[in-house]
Amino acid sequence: MIVDPRAAEGVGAVATAAPLDPERVRADFPLLAREVNGRPLVYLDSAATSQKPEAVLRAMDTFYRRHNATVHRGAHTLAAEATDAYEGARATVARFIGAADARELVFTRGTTEAINLVAHGWAESTLGPGDAVLLTEMEHHSNLVPWQLLAARTGVELRFLRLTDGGELDLADLDRLLDRRVKLVAFVHVSNSVGTTNPVARLVAAAKAVGARVLVDGAQSVPHRPVDVAALGVDFLAFSGHKMAGPTGIGGLWARRELLEAMGPFLGGGEMIRRVTLAGSTWADVPAKFEAGTPPIAEAVGLAAAADYLSALGMDAVRAHERVLVDHAFGALADVPGLVVYGPQADRGGALTFTLEGIHAHDLSTILDASGIAIRAGHHCTMPLHDRLGLVASARASFYVYTTLAEIDLLVAGLHAAREVFGLS
Amino acid sequence: MSADLRELYQEVILDHHLRPRNFAALPDADRVAEGYNPLCGDRVKLFLRVEDDVIVEATFQGAGCAISTASASVMTEALAGRSVAEAEALADAFQALVTRPEEAPGEGPDLGKLEVFAGVRDYPVRIKCATLAWHALRAALAQEGAE
Repeated sequence: MIVDPRAAEGVGAVATAAPLDPERVRADFPLLAREVNGRPLVYLDSAATSQKPEAVLRAMDTFYRRHNATVHRGAHTLAAEATDAYEGARATVARFIGAADARELVFTRGTTEAINLVAHGWAESTLGPGDAVLLTEMEHHSNLVPWQLLAARTGVELRFLRLTDGGELDLADLDRLLDRRVKLVAFVHVSNSVGTTNPVARLVAAAKAVGARVLVDGAQSVPHRPVDVAALGVDFLAFSGHKMAGPTGIGGLWARRELLEAMGPFLGGGEMIRRVTLAGSTWADVPAKFEAGTPPIAEAVGLAAAADYLSALGMDAVRAHERVLVDHAFGALADVPGLVVYGPQADRGGALTFTLEGIHAHDLSTILDASGIAIRAGHHCTMPLHDRLGLVASARASFYVYTTLAEIDLLVAGLHAAREVFGLS
Repeated sequence: MSADLRELYQEVILDHHLRPRNFAALPDADRVAEGYNPLCGDRVKLFLRVEDDVIVEATFQGAGCAISTASASVMTEALAGRSVAEAEALADAFQALVTRPEEAPGEGPDLGKLEVFAGVRDYPVRIKCATLAWHALRAALAQEGAE
């Protein structure tokens, strides 16, 4: 594979990373060998969930076969092994996102639970009437609905940065919207729909100027590019394991230690307590304070294996490969009459949302599936964004480390075929 | 195109998708009901004019995929002139058509042109598309007590 030199722009030390060979990567993902409807699977729905490499499947299998026990309880050998595996996984994943202190990483079920944890544990006790949370029009429902629920409970005002027609945040509004009443700015790092990479540094600087905290939804950035929480300068980072080659049911919230210390618990139960009496309880230290109940131990082990797998590929190489795919897709999709891709091409993530004139996204998905091509159809959990773009539904093709240029060409051929089915060519 | 796809996207369906019949609001409708599929955002608004227990006119508006649009279009054609009871029986028969195994014998009224939707049964995720307008129909028919 030849890496387009333009792909290196703006991703830091790309030049040192070995280019990623998707054919070799594919051999690590057993599921990609299967057929769908008699055709080799072309999996273009990785923004919804990624496939899993052998290393992740094996790590989880080995945990259950050899080390399974619950963590932080019991003095027997297996309990100690399971605790080592779980806390070792925390250290690995913390390193993966550039966290200096593993105790700043709380394991959650995923991005959604991480954001809900901030809404309940931090915002609910910190914000009240007269305060505001600044969001954007491009948020996934997971970074919108928890704040709507918070607003209903506390009277906090929600404000929104609007979108330009090009699918970028309209920062002309920023100074007007971001005043001292804003206590939190929460936005998606890379859009799961329009692919836009949002200007984190600019928004962090603006938020800090008014004393607001910053939460970044990293669901589509942590799996796809080098993310370093220290460099980002944010206060909270939420992400999901299953979109980064890891299992479902696990993700993380990284937050500054002092914020975690000050936050109240979200779920109550075992594991998160120091001492319990009938009269009341005291809480365990962070991060255990936020991990009530038996945690997803095998999932944490699987997520750490995924982080190791991606680190071995090199996150710079992962990002460079994505840029090659995106540039190729923009060129190839331009040949399809009536096709519109939403969002910018420059510095975007590997999720391409598009519409094809005369064919609804659901029909498109059905027709492509007949050729073994899996895309997403619908609103991708961004209904307000679709309202803004004037769309009822859209189609989305999204890429990952195992996606090849040939698969994108198969998608384009499938789109031409769909136009034939509908008598459009 | 595969034979299965041809079975799903029959010419009648593509024709009704491209040129939906009875695609308008009905100002003197006495029953109006909406169907909404939150999974895909498809919407259909159904208008009925019922006189002496007979559907005199049926129209619809909305935005949706080829299957849901064509289903609404063919449905409004099939409803005109039927009694409320006949329309309910037709809705049952249509539901059975798109969900029953192929070998099971059909029961109830003759589905006529609606038979073109039989291919939907091979696409379980698309059944809701085909039945969206019919759910709106059931809601409209259930409004009788309000009159």
